[in-house]
Amino acid sequence: MSKATRDFIVGLFVLAGLASLAYLSLRVGGIESDGKGGLELSAEFAEIGGLKERAPVVVSGVKIGRVKRIELTPDLHAVVVLDVDSQYQLPVDSSAAIRTEGLLGQQFVALEPGAEDQLLKSGDRIAYTESALSIERLVGDFVHGNDLENEKSKE
Amino acid sequence: MMVRDAIERLGANTTSLVHELGRIAVFSAATAAGVARPAFWLLPRFVREIFDTGVLSLPIILLSGLTVGMVLGLQLFWVLTVFGAETSLGGVVGATLVRELGPVLTGLLVTGRAGSAMAAEIAVMNATEQLDGMKTMAMDPVRFVIGPKSLAMVFCMPLLNGLFICAALGGTWLIAVKLLGLDSGIFFQDLYDGVDWEKDVVGTMIKAIVFGALVALIATYRGFTSGRSAEEVSRATTSTVVTASVWILLADFVVTSLWKF
Repeated sequence: MSKATRDFIVGLFVLAGLASLAYLSLRVGGIESDGKGGLELSAEFAEIGGLKERAPVVVSGVKIGRVKRIELTPDLHAVVVLDVDSQYQLPVDSSAAIRTEGLLGQQFVALEPGAEDQLLKSGDRIAYTESALSIERLVGDFVHGNDLENEKSKE
Repeated sequence: MMVRDAIERLGANTTSLVHELGRIAVFSAATAAGVARPAFWLLPRFVREIFDTGVLSLPIILLSGLTVGMVLGLQLFWVLTVFGAETSLGGVVGATLVRELGPVLTGLLVTGRAGSAMAAEIAVMNATEQLDGMKTMAMDPVRFVIGPKSLAMVFCMPLLNGLFICAALGGTWLIAVKLLGLDSGIFFQDLYDGVDWEKDVVGTMIKAIVFGALVALIATYRGFTSGRSAEEVSRATTSTVVTASVWILLADFVVTSLWKF
């Protein structure tokens, strides 16, 4: 095998290897989804459930951003910082709710646009929030609620 | 006395182990120093090493990747059917391959194919006094032989890892979509959802680089310090494969615990 042929094959090998890594990084890993953003909003919740960082932020079912950070205020309330695509205009009375995909899927933040003319700017806080629904608590309330009713009817 | 002899032997073994570790440390420092001062005319040598280490490992890497992917797809599909979760096959297989099986299996395969070849080549150069000849010409063999070989191994490992994972994903796709009837779109969507760039893909590349460095160090050291007979060359080769394989598995545990998967 001549030197030129060998060099060519090595070049092909390196290109193929880099292409495979690029495919894994960009398509499979999803690095490109970090591109847009720019509108940073925060929202305070009593309960965030299983919400994780990088969870999607959704309006009418369409992803427009992701959860950037989850923090605790000094008086122990959860604050979720959202990174939303700046091309979308959200009125100041928009609301944020933590919902679950399906019944047991991953949790995400759903934004519902309000009706005011004034728009939210980067750094603003979303005033109206709805905390995560906890299925375990619902079941617990149901079970213990039943027990309470039974005890009351016995008296 | 027997007890005294036993303790003496333990002491002697410990001392020689520490000596060995010291020699390995000095050797790796010399290799790093040699790599840090590359000579431009070593480039053809470096390309040759990439060919020997990377290109010649391609057949086994791609074939093993394909079959591992196919087996994974088959096995996991049946397990997931029990929970009605066949649609998560893409994510499960993707995460398994990218985080663990990709780097570890690539490391083990490359050790067997290219690591043993590297150790044997250096051991034979040692046995035929080629390395001594270089030293008499004031050419540092560590800088001119060991350096390019080590660098080529570290360079090739991530590339081979990526190719292995892609071949495996292809194998899984073949089995899941063509044979078992899973929807192709659902397979890929769950794959994209299940693998995260920052945690998984970066982690796999770090593992590949660490494994590459380990194999390079062990193979070159065993080759460089082997005795000058056919038997010694053979011992250097087999001990490279065994030692490097064990260290890859250990390092896999260490990197996995330290990395934020």
